[in-house]
Amino acid sequence: MGHYLDIIFRSIFLENLPLSFFLGMCTFLAISKQVKTAIGLGSAVLFLQIITVPINNLVLSTLLKPGALSWAGQPDIDLTFLGLLTYIAIIAAVVQVLEMVLDRFLPALYNTLGIFLPLLTVNCAILGASLFMVERDYTFGESVAYGVGAGGGFFLAVVVLAGIRERSEYADPPAGLKGLGMTFITAGLMAIAFMGLAGMQL
Amino acid sequence: MAESKLELLTYPIFKRNPIALLILGICSALAVTGQMATAFVMSVCVVFVTAFSSLTISIVRFQIPNSVRIGIQITVIATLVILVDQILKAFVFELSKQLSIYVGLIITNCIIMGRAEGFAMSNPPVSSFLDGVGNGLGYSFILIAVSFIRELFGSGSIFGYEVMKTVTNGGWYIPNGLLVLPASAFFIVAMIIWAVRSVLTDQQETE
Repeated sequence: MGHYLDIIFRSIFLENLPLSFFLGMCTFLAISKQVKTAIGLGSAVLFLQIITVPINNLVLSTLLKPGALSWAGQPDIDLTFLGLLTYIAIIAAVVQVLEMVLDRFLPALYNTLGIFLPLLTVNCAILGASLFMVERDYTFGESVAYGVGAGGGFFLAVVVLAGIRERSEYADPPAGLKGLGMTFITAGLMAIAFMGLAGMQL
Repeated sequence: MAESKLELLTYPIFKRNPIALLILGICSALAVTGQMATAFVMSVCVVFVTAFSSLTISIVRFQIPNSVRIGIQITVIATLVILVDQILKAFVFELSKQLSIYVGLIITNCIIMGRAEGFAMSNPPVSSFLDGVGNGLGYSFILIAVSFIRELFGSGSIFGYEVMKTVTNGGWYIPNGLLVLPASAFFIVAMIIWAVRSVLTDQQETE
């Protein structure tokens, strides 16, 4: 149990996807003007990470890995080079299905998350989390924990950034820094703050 | 679209830089800028993928049904990225280890999708190809600039060759530790944006 908690903790604070790996930057910077929309985006990412990372893990271990196809009588096939194409296809498919399911059964949730879901197909944070899962050789249980942590980390970062941006709306920066420039500097300062947690372990 | 072929190539580098103006494709950009070598390889990969995905999509643009175009674009891009990834693994394995997942993340780089969707779908192959190269170079320009600053002042070297001898090696230069950390990339990009927008004032944001 402690092992899984450690993975969650690490991926939220120490290996925060947007702040220390720069993943999901585009949406992170574009949709962080207001706390309310940031919460919507953050929960959509969290939701999707929890689903896609474990699914990609299952696909990897039952179809793609060298020897994974031995249940089909083909122990010599190594399909790992198809990985990228498979993960992105699965993410796109999950997004579509999720959209339809939410629309049909949970319209309230659909209204908050709906606009963000299609955006997330091409979000580096979602694909990145799956690729990290592959690179670190997580087991199924670990990949569930990692999905929770990676999504939670994004949620935290985007909501905090939106909060800071709402506050600094009335600040008066040099004209060239307005908007994007200021956001970058804010994100940089947040990254430094998060680094203060380095070295902590559960 | 009355731009000449040359303008297609050069506009995205400064005037319509995809990173500085449009905030596209920063995702994978900043993480590889710690060293110039990785930034350079990454730039080459992105130029290659943007150029050829734009070219391919532009060639088949009349055959793509509108409702599934995103899926087709992603498939084309993902195939090109797998190609690049396998080539890197075969010939420069060390670098491909350092780039780790970021080569794979070229797929979700918004510049490439953006050019495919916004330009290649409605323009002939040659212009699309040049537009792809131009945008790739615009991205490379920022990447190389950031990595130049980070490597020179963070570890006193350029492309791994020592330019300013650091104190630990018996020299005089005390490396700036902050520049090795990811956070510094945010500040450097902010400064580049500031510089670009001070010169080209029409890019400034008004609220």
